[in-house]
Amino acid sequence: MAADRRLIITGDVEHAIRAHGQETYPHECCGALVGKGEIVTTVVALPNTTEEGPRRRFLVRPSDYRQAERRATEMGGELLGFYHSHPDHPSRPSQYDLDHAWPTFAYIIVSVMNGAAGDMTVWYLKNDRSSFEEGSLDHGENSHPHSTQAVHRQTGRG
Amino acid sequence: MAKILIPTPLRPYTDKQDAVDASGATVGELLADLTRRHAGLKPHLYNEQGKLRSFVNVYVNDEDIRYLQKEQTPVTADDTVSIIPSVAGGAPTVTDVVSGVSRTLPELTNDEIKRYSRHLIMPEVGVEGQRKLKAAKVLCIGAGGLGSPVAMYLTAAGVGTLGIVDFDVVDFSNLQRQILHGTPDVGRSKLASAKDRLQALNPNVDVVTHETAISSENALKLFEPYDVIVDGTDNFPTRYLVNDASVLTGKPNAYGSIFRFEGQASVFGTKDGPCYRCLYPEPPPPGLVPSCAEGGVLGVLPGIIGVIQATETIKLILGVGEPLIGRFLIVDALRMRFRELKLRKDPDCPVCGTHPTVTQLIDYEQFCGVRPAAPEPITVNSATEITSVELKQRLDRGDKLKIVDVREPNEYQINRIPGSELIPLGDVPKRVNELNPDDEIVVHCKTGGRSAKAADFLRSVGFKRVLNLKGGILDWIDKVDPTQPKY
Repeated sequence: MAADRRLIITGDVEHAIRAHGQETYPHECCGALVGKGEIVTTVVALPNTTEEGPRRRFLVRPSDYRQAERRATEMGGELLGFYHSHPDHPSRPSQYDLDHAWPTFAYIIVSVMNGAAGDMTVWYLKNDRSSFEEGSLDHGENSHPHSTQAVHRQTGRG
Repeated sequence: MAKILIPTPLRPYTDKQDAVDASGATVGELLADLTRRHAGLKPHLYNEQGKLRSFVNVYVNDEDIRYLQKEQTPVTADDTVSIIPSVAGGAPTVTDVVSGVSRTLPELTNDEIKRYSRHLIMPEVGVEGQRKLKAAKVLCIGAGGLGSPVAMYLTAAGVGTLGIVDFDVVDFSNLQRQILHGTPDVGRSKLASAKDRLQALNPNVDVVTHETAISSENALKLFEPYDVIVDGTDNFPTRYLVNDASVLTGKPNAYGSIFRFEGQASVFGTKDGPCYRCLYPEPPPPGLVPSCAEGGVLGVLPGIIGVIQATETIKLILGVGEPLIGRFLIVDALRMRFRELKLRKDPDCPVCGTHPTVTQLIDYEQFCGVRPAAPEPITVNSATEITSVELKQRLDRGDKLKIVDVREPNEYQINRIPGSELIPLGDVPKRVNELNPDDEIVVHCKTGGRSAKAADFLRSVGFKRVLNLKGGILDWIDKVDPTQPKY
């Protein structure tokens, strides 16, 4: 995999991720990144179904994953990766993140310190699974025609 | 041939196809054929042990194979098999921080590679894990019964920095269990003895000695440079102190305690786990729970419990397995049974709860009732106490004194004051009629604590002349009869 990877997010996407992280604080939030190529146009907030304590963990169930992939296709995009928050921790991937990472996906981490969203970073799993490498997170214009719909909620555990 | 649906992140390994064909009669065979055709998939689907990774879900049609016959689930050409990711992650836990994810890991020297080879070939440790151990800093409170196996195994295992806090001197009575120290060490400082022993065991480990009694004044500073605290203390004030300091500094506490044949172990003070105070908010009344010095302890028991503490410490550092967080292990060595109690974090816990009332270290001796809050008026009542020398003089003079030994029968077998009668403290109330209230009675135990209680009781039921032997039989042996053994 190429060393320098970059991900472009719109202002709305960035805002949506930060707001989601603040909303679920002190628990972790998670959601899917949808777009094309290296541009994220939409995020899909997903329920955190972890049973290990949502303050430190998140889990997207297979059924929700399937739905996210389907959603991406419906929107004419593809599933580019996932985001999650680190309440009161820096936006660096943990060993647990590494152990559970999928290749090619972009992983956005937002640090939420004392309830306020701070640093946001993006990471990609190295092909040999040995570690993550940080990508560059760039900000693009709001290209989505209906920017107010940038966040698609999926509520409940259905 | 069956069709396998490939999720987005794995498509680069299947030439961008979202569905590929593979052959096999079971899911296991199908996946094996799939990874033969598309070799790049293998490390992402299987772990180093060749097992499907926990976050890889395989469905046959719409059923998770975990609920079918797992990898033995049969498949036909009509079935659609899907690989579906669980996406998981999370903020670093204490374990990650401990395990050196946020610290640069030191390299291993060739000598270390040779020394730790049995670790290096284990998948759960490996070179990476051994480097985490080398990066780790562990503080062991006490170089006694529990501290001995903890310090020795952590040193042998290659923990980079091992701090030890103690201020005691090696005594003969320690040697039955404190295997850090040997017969020639009796009379030496425990730390000097420990350091020699540990450095002989593994010179790669930096053994840092803190020759001090841990206190509310120094605990936070002592803990500061370390990753994990191991509680090897033998008394309640220090146990509460270690617990509170571990919660306040955010360092996990590998806890253990021992008494006679029974031991306990747990891991306290992690961010989301309970602490010792969630289990015991208040200490027991002073004197209710005897210490090992009073009640004894099986010599090998600290070996069992200390090794559990060392194991938990290593697991925390490596970030592997299931730590003993939220679980309280009780070991009954007499029946050789291990029981486990579930422990929950108490939201009302005064230290680790949602609204803590203890936000700095307090006076733990006062908290545990060992020392009264305000100094009591000193009433060294000469009429209630007698010294060994006075007792000897009075006995030599021919005074008629009834000597009552309130220790346990097995203590009485070790040493005794000639002419004394044994009535263990617990039996005093029911055997009180064996004593004459008009006699002058001298009560004694090992050091004077239990006999003070017996004296109080006797006075409360009408005995007029009761004297407590100051310093107990140990003082008697020191001052009057050095031929008798001490324990």
